[in-house]
Amino acid sequence: MDTAVAKKTGRMPLLSYKAQNNLTILLFLLPAFLLFFLFIIYPIVQSVYYSFFSWKGFGPATDFVGLDNFAQILKDTIFHKAIFNGLLIIAMSLGIQLPLSLALAIMVGRDLPGRGFFRMIFFMPYVVSEVIAAIAFMGLYNPDPTRGLINALITLIPGVEPIGWMGSRELVLPCIFVVMTWKYFGLHMLLFLAGLQSIPTEVEEAARIDGANSWQLVRFITIPMLANTIRTCMYLSILGSLQQFVLVWVMTKGGPVNASEVMSSYMYRYSFVRFWLGYGSAVAIVMLLISLVFSIGYLRIVRQPEYLAAS
Amino acid sequence: MPRKMLVLIGLVLIAALAMTACGTATTATTAPDKPTAKPVDQPTVEPTKEGPVTIRWWHITTQEDQKAVWQKLADEYTALHPNVTIEIQVLENEAFKTKLTTVMQSGDPPDIFQSWGGGVLNEYAEAGLLRNIDAELDADGGAWRSSFGEGALGVYSYKDANYGVPWDMGMIGWWYNKALFTQAGIAEFPKTWSEFTADVTKLKDAGIVPISVGMGDKWPGMHMWAYLVTRIGGKDNFQGAVLRTGKFTDAPFVEAGVKIQELVDMNPFQDGFLGATYGDEATAMGNGKVAMELMGQWAPAVEKANSVDQLGIGDNLDWAPFPMVEGGKGDPNDAVGGGNGFAIGKNAPDAAVDFVKYLTRPESQLLCASGSGAWCIPVVKGGEAGMSDPLMMKLQAQLALAKYFQLYYDQALPPAMGSVVNDSVQALFAKTMTPEQAAQAIEDSAKQELDK
Repeated sequence: MDTAVAKKTGRMPLLSYKAQNNLTILLFLLPAFLLFFLFIIYPIVQSVYYSFFSWKGFGPATDFVGLDNFAQILKDTIFHKAIFNGLLIIAMSLGIQLPLSLALAIMVGRDLPGRGFFRMIFFMPYVVSEVIAAIAFMGLYNPDPTRGLINALITLIPGVEPIGWMGSRELVLPCIFVVMTWKYFGLHMLLFLAGLQSIPTEVEEAARIDGANSWQLVRFITIPMLANTIRTCMYLSILGSLQQFVLVWVMTKGGPVNASEVMSSYMYRYSFVRFWLGYGSAVAIVMLLISLVFSIGYLRIVRQPEYLAAS
Repeated sequence: MPRKMLVLIGLVLIAALAMTACGTATTATTAPDKPTAKPVDQPTVEPTKEGPVTIRWWHITTQEDQKAVWQKLADEYTALHPNVTIEIQVLENEAFKTKLTTVMQSGDPPDIFQSWGGGVLNEYAEAGLLRNIDAELDADGGAWRSSFGEGALGVYSYKDANYGVPWDMGMIGWWYNKALFTQAGIAEFPKTWSEFTADVTKLKDAGIVPISVGMGDKWPGMHMWAYLVTRIGGKDNFQGAVLRTGKFTDAPFVEAGVKIQELVDMNPFQDGFLGATYGDEATAMGNGKVAMELMGQWAPAVEKANSVDQLGIGDNLDWAPFPMVEGGKGDPNDAVGGGNGFAIGKNAPDAAVDFVKYLTRPESQLLCASGSGAWCIPVVKGGEAGMSDPLMMKLQAQLALAKYFQLYYDQALPPAMGSVVNDSVQALFAKTMTPEQAAQAIEDSAKQELDK
């Protein structure tokens, strides 16, 4: 290439073709890399730095405590509760939210009258801001039957007392989970819909001819062929559950009495309510490590077969 | 080729610079709009010496008619000082606390902002985020300073320097529904704790929910515990614990927890109280659904605003101080309370301090203190002349009797400790902690925060 250019312009190019190519690539990546560095790498490095201090957040960090923050985190029963709640949310997401999304996607995917309408309304919750959704549901869950729709409806049934949804330590996490499902099932449904399109109809028709009923169709054809999409949805769901913050914080702030505590609300409370930013940074780093370990581990285990199959 | 390369590099660098500039735009709120220079054709009180000045003011008075009072005062001031622009940002209580924290950490506080004084103010002062206004207070032979009640002004000082001034100081008491009390056969508000618990039973027997408390927000219930500690242990107990001559695990703190749990066992609260917000508490009271709430001097206004008919419970509302606990070392007149004030940020221009002076004139205080919709108890001498609301006057008279005035615990103590107190009291209400455990949690936090 260099010689071709030399012949045309009469002299050797300043940089070899290969070098120019690389330079172009580098320069186009530069803005994105700059943003990535400023908003992701730099804050993480700062967090790691501050996690070794006991710091109020004002002025420079001066009180070096080494790994004390991390030790305290691992000993704190409230943090254990937060992790337990996180795992519970993950389990509920995988067990309830994904099958629900899949079922709806299958129903909406085929020739249902008005399916365009259904697709739209199922996807709309995803578009609504999390804060608005949280506030709206707080209104619905209000224990006073004259103000909360849910209690108003159930008290119509004679003999049923109003239930204190958000005030009950047992019910609060499922209540938040309902809001999470409402919000995100649309996304998963969309992903499944896209996945469903990629299943060739001939396979389904062949199965029908062989006498498969709808349930067998779903179990032996649809789900195996959606394996990739399911894996992606699982990944997004787990990662989203680990980092869920807005819904928990706006609805309950992790209460009552830490019943709905998750790692992110724990981190926020210690950082910005108790002004223990060193400790909060340590929690952030722990969250990051957990998410990273999960991500890398999951992708290794799950994606591996795909590459093997492709090659 | 090299020429094109250089142009390309140049464009990409400019683009990168532009994008990072957008990206790193920090907490700068609205850009101050330059006021158009109005021709000064009317005699102004002071000649405008400075150039255009913008004052950023954050307050939490969200009620429409009350918000209008602040706006009116701001408009009056800008009419007198055309070079000054006042940007007011109105935030709801919890949202304000959140937003202020982040702004404080970026080191750029607003010029004037809502403050409850005490430990939180002290933290900000310690970090150098506030402006010392002793000079303005002491000017003209201390004219401004002496206009305030001494105790109230002291709440906004740290290490003998003032960083803010109060505009409202009251106390927490029981706001109760006379009609519901009569319905349950209670003639007057109980004066002792055993009478109180007996009356709670009477209310329950009459089918009335005795107390509404917004335990989801934590602080409404914390006041109950604070009063019990105050009644049982008195001034020396709490002060001693704070100064570390005593401990937060001393008997009165534990005893208060025991009493709280005895009360909780009686089931006197509204459904879902553990998750209820203060707004829910006020609504229940304003709609006449519960018999009483323990709240500060702003309670009637909030009840009205949150009630369905916007009128609250009208004449049925009455006020009484917290009952005395038999055998307690505290004085029955001890008051737990607080008020509101303006704190001055470190970057505030002189005009901001001057504006706060304007806001704390007796005439300005009358605007919120007078009338039946009074929502503040004035702290400036001469301000109370305009008070006509009988309940507010009752409150103020009771406050005047107090020899020991305790600022709300979650404001008096450093924020980290205040947060632990709130969490621990919520645990007491939920019975997930024993009184000993709750006291220990607070003591542990005190060791960390106060033993430095």
